[in-house]
Amino acid sequence: MYNFDVEMPTSIADAVKALGREEAQPMSGGQTLIPTLKARLAAPSVLVSLHSIPEMKGVCKNDAGDICIGGATTHATVAAEAVDYPALASLAARIGDPAVRNRGTIGGSVANNDPSACYPAGVLGSGATIVTNNREIAADDYFLGMFETALEEGEIVTEVKFPIPEVAHYEKHLQPASRFPLVAVFVAKFADGVRVAITGASENGVFRWTEAENALSGNFSASALDGLSLSGDKMISDLHGSGKYRAHLCGVMAKRAVAAAS
Amino acid sequence: MPKDHGIGASSKRREDVRFLTGEGNYTDDINVNGQAYVYFLRSDIAHGTLNSVDTSAADGMEGVVKIFTGADFEAVGSVPCGWQVTDKHGEVMQEPRHPVLAHGKVRHVGEPIAAVVAETLEQARDAAEAIVLDITHLPAVVDMKEAVKEGAPKVHDDLTSNLCYDWGFVEENKAAVDAAFEEAHHVTTLELVNNRLVANPMEPRVAVGDFARGTGDHTLYTTSQNPHVIRLLMGAFVLGIPEHKLRVVAPDVGGGFGTKIFHYQEEAFVTYAAKVCNRAVKWTSSRSEAFMSDAHGRDHVTKIQLALDKDNNFTALRTDTYANMGAYLSTFAPSVPTWLHGTLMAGNYKTPLIYVNVKAVFTNTVPVDAYRGAGRPEATYQLERLVDKAAHELKVDPIKLRRQNFIMEFPYATPVAVEYDTGDYVATMDKLEEMADIAGFKKRREDSEAKGKLRGFGVNCYIEACGIAPSNLVGQLGARAGLFESCTVRVNATGGLVVMTGSHSHGQGHETSFAQVVADMIGIPEDMVEIVHGDTANTPMGMGTYGSRSLAVGGSAMVKATEKIIAKATKIASHLLEASEGDVELKDGAFTVAGTDKSVAWGDVTLAAYVPHNYPLEEIEPGLEETAFYDPSNFTYPSGAYACEVELDPETGQVTVERFSAADDFGNIVNPMIVTGQVHGGLAQGIGQALLENCAYDSDGQLLSASYMDYAMPRASDLPFYDVDHSCQTPCTHNPLGVKGCGEAGAIGSPPAVVNAVLDAMRSGGKDVGHIDMPVSPHRVWEAMNS
Repeated sequence: MYNFDVEMPTSIADAVKALGREEAQPMSGGQTLIPTLKARLAAPSVLVSLHSIPEMKGVCKNDAGDICIGGATTHATVAAEAVDYPALASLAARIGDPAVRNRGTIGGSVANNDPSACYPAGVLGSGATIVTNNREIAADDYFLGMFETALEEGEIVTEVKFPIPEVAHYEKHLQPASRFPLVAVFVAKFADGVRVAITGASENGVFRWTEAENALSGNFSASALDGLSLSGDKMISDLHGSGKYRAHLCGVMAKRAVAAAS
Repeated sequence: MPKDHGIGASSKRREDVRFLTGEGNYTDDINVNGQAYVYFLRSDIAHGTLNSVDTSAADGMEGVVKIFTGADFEAVGSVPCGWQVTDKHGEVMQEPRHPVLAHGKVRHVGEPIAAVVAETLEQARDAAEAIVLDITHLPAVVDMKEAVKEGAPKVHDDLTSNLCYDWGFVEENKAAVDAAFEEAHHVTTLELVNNRLVANPMEPRVAVGDFARGTGDHTLYTTSQNPHVIRLLMGAFVLGIPEHKLRVVAPDVGGGFGTKIFHYQEEAFVTYAAKVCNRAVKWTSSRSEAFMSDAHGRDHVTKIQLALDKDNNFTALRTDTYANMGAYLSTFAPSVPTWLHGTLMAGNYKTPLIYVNVKAVFTNTVPVDAYRGAGRPEATYQLERLVDKAAHELKVDPIKLRRQNFIMEFPYATPVAVEYDTGDYVATMDKLEEMADIAGFKKRREDSEAKGKLRGFGVNCYIEACGIAPSNLVGQLGARAGLFESCTVRVNATGGLVVMTGSHSHGQGHETSFAQVVADMIGIPEDMVEIVHGDTANTPMGMGTYGSRSLAVGGSAMVKATEKIIAKATKIASHLLEASEGDVELKDGAFTVAGTDKSVAWGDVTLAAYVPHNYPLEEIEPGLEETAFYDPSNFTYPSGAYACEVELDPETGQVTVERFSAADDFGNIVNPMIVTGQVHGGLAQGIGQALLENCAYDSDGQLLSASYMDYAMPRASDLPFYDVDHSCQTPCTHNPLGVKGCGEAGAIGSPPAVVNAVLDAMRSGGKDVGHIDMPVSPHRVWEAMNS
């Protein structure tokens, strides 16, 4: 790890100010960033910790009935407190291991947008809204590709707002080494339609499987997905699975998610 | 009723108290006043000409003590190989020079090129980034069969090819074996890969070199399974330091699994640099470095064939194996695919004719050497997969085919040069069938199928050869070391004992089980016996711990030394008791004159030895300390039968191990709980190899599985609750304890059972693929199911 300064702001305003320093890097739970720093693959001059900002922590419900989760809320807290959205609590409860869940945060995960992370599927699959220090971004406009988001330099994810679906489920097939999803599917059924978001599979990061959404919106049952398939062409191909295998798993996981949700 | 102390008791592991409470003393816990830290700049390309290493920008950086490159080690010896194999033509193997730091060429990703010694590790790392390397890339050789083709790029320019040796065993049998195949009623052929593994002990390697200018004494603290071997190899062959000026200390070591047997460049470097820099130098491997610098395991590519007669008797066996050596010969690498593998090819069967060919190949990869089982898992995997395949081809029950061909009489001389002293393969198979509840399998399969899953059952047998020996034989086979073990037993005046063993414990629990043996022999509490190991300054020259040899060889030396102690103490006691020596016996910690109530306590005798007022000084010396060396007359041959039951998800290819039963014959057992633990650990590693672990390179020689993000280790949730039994016991006939060794059995015996079970599950789903390579990952299963 290279040397760097650390700032520990206690308000969003102070955090934004600190991020104005040259080569500043925000750090939430640090579950990706710290290993990156240890491997000397990143060299920020200032690390701005978002850990001590009370207004960015916690799970609550707003007047519209959305579940609102502060950006610095840990996975363990979401698992324990997002009781009104069991599928989301269950997703959080199955991220990584206890150490990761007690440090890693929703804001960090969503800002990093790892193509194999769990939260992007939950956020996109729920049609959630990403709240930052200066705007609100719909999930559909937020995830732009592998490790790419709509966030601008110095912009912080302060909160994520989830509308609560009628039913939902997150089903994942684990990569055997990292235990990240090799492919995982989040299915959510709302009054006005079904959303299906897939992580782990695509070279472009999390994506919606619209064909499946259309089929399920008419008939929310696993059999509605019979005959549907995705191409493996733009899917990740590595030691743990070819693009073709991942494409196949998208179908299997989607069906299982629907079966578990319905 | 189980014993509560001594031999046969499940005494609690005394060492675990310090390990589990953070009070262990590992090498990284050792800090020498004034020490500096070294960071190794390692090659990130697999093969290239090293034109220059420019340290000019780094030399003056803050904190830098000195930067070393290959040029600094030109006058220093090559890292030695401890075993010379002679090939089938009678020629000795090709043996390349192995420099401490790369010079002229780099030959694998991870090879150290330069070493920066600095005040802090971060400063060393900063300076290493300022070193400018000029390397001309060369095409890498990774695939073994490509590497031995005419015109392939050479890993070592001064060798004739990438072929280290072409070994035939037993060469004189080859024609007869081929003739038997001509006459065979049925031939089963199998081609398979034994996947390359990274050992991944929990504690990475660490080395601290120290030098005392006043006395000229060198000290190396290192994570080793055999400190005396390191002292000999490094002192005599690399650095030219006489053993009396070199102390090697291997304190608490957090797992070895073979990879800490070997002498590594980093050990030689810190020892050498400590003298040059006149201060201690410390290196602690990062986990990333461990992946690319610890010797890897396995990596065999094999074609094996079995000939059977019309009654399904095995008539002949032949194998062709390519064994990956990596870029250099690690310490015992040449012995693994030959003498630790070819000699085991008979397995548990009376196959009369066997021929084994092994081509050892240099590639641009990390050196490969012994890993838990070392050669024996490779032999067992081939043979037990092959027998299973034969059974399915012949449509006979796999257990029945095995039983039919079992060796039934002992001692049994195999056609591959070893003689099994004892065994009872029927007994372990009987026990296994009982444990595995074969009758209940049908119902369990139906239950799985009701959930949309497939269920498979697989068995295998195994034989291993432990306690590698005897020295004069292994010398003929090419070992450049003896394979005895040593022990000094020092009895203190007040009766407590210090047992100084040449064996080394790095998780095996010797401090407990060795103490049980000595305490039992004398009849005193175990806590009166202290086991000391791991320091060349206070233990006799020993060969260390590997190959499940510690109790069978080290324990035998300890028994011999303790017998000498008892003999001398009996003499002293007979003097004190004024009785004839022949009438005095030691029982429950007291010497008694037979047929009388006259006795003298152990502590009174030991006190007399050191306070010899009333003592036969004209007959015996004072003191009570004895040393023994033990050189076994043969290997020991543990054996067993294992069964695995898997559930397979045909939609995802995911395999889960639902049941695993292991019936082992380890001969006599000192501590059943420790034996059970050893089997558990071995099974985890064997199941890990079968389902998860895969050290993979791309065609450029880049290590693809270079971290835990891509190298899958078995976790508790991947493993079932094992059913382990070791009640079948045919004691070893040639060591005093009748013990055989248990450390590697689980890793040797489990992979074929897992793969056999997976193939059985696939067949039950209508897909007979004949074979699937390890690790049997979901992706591979799905591809096989859909091929």
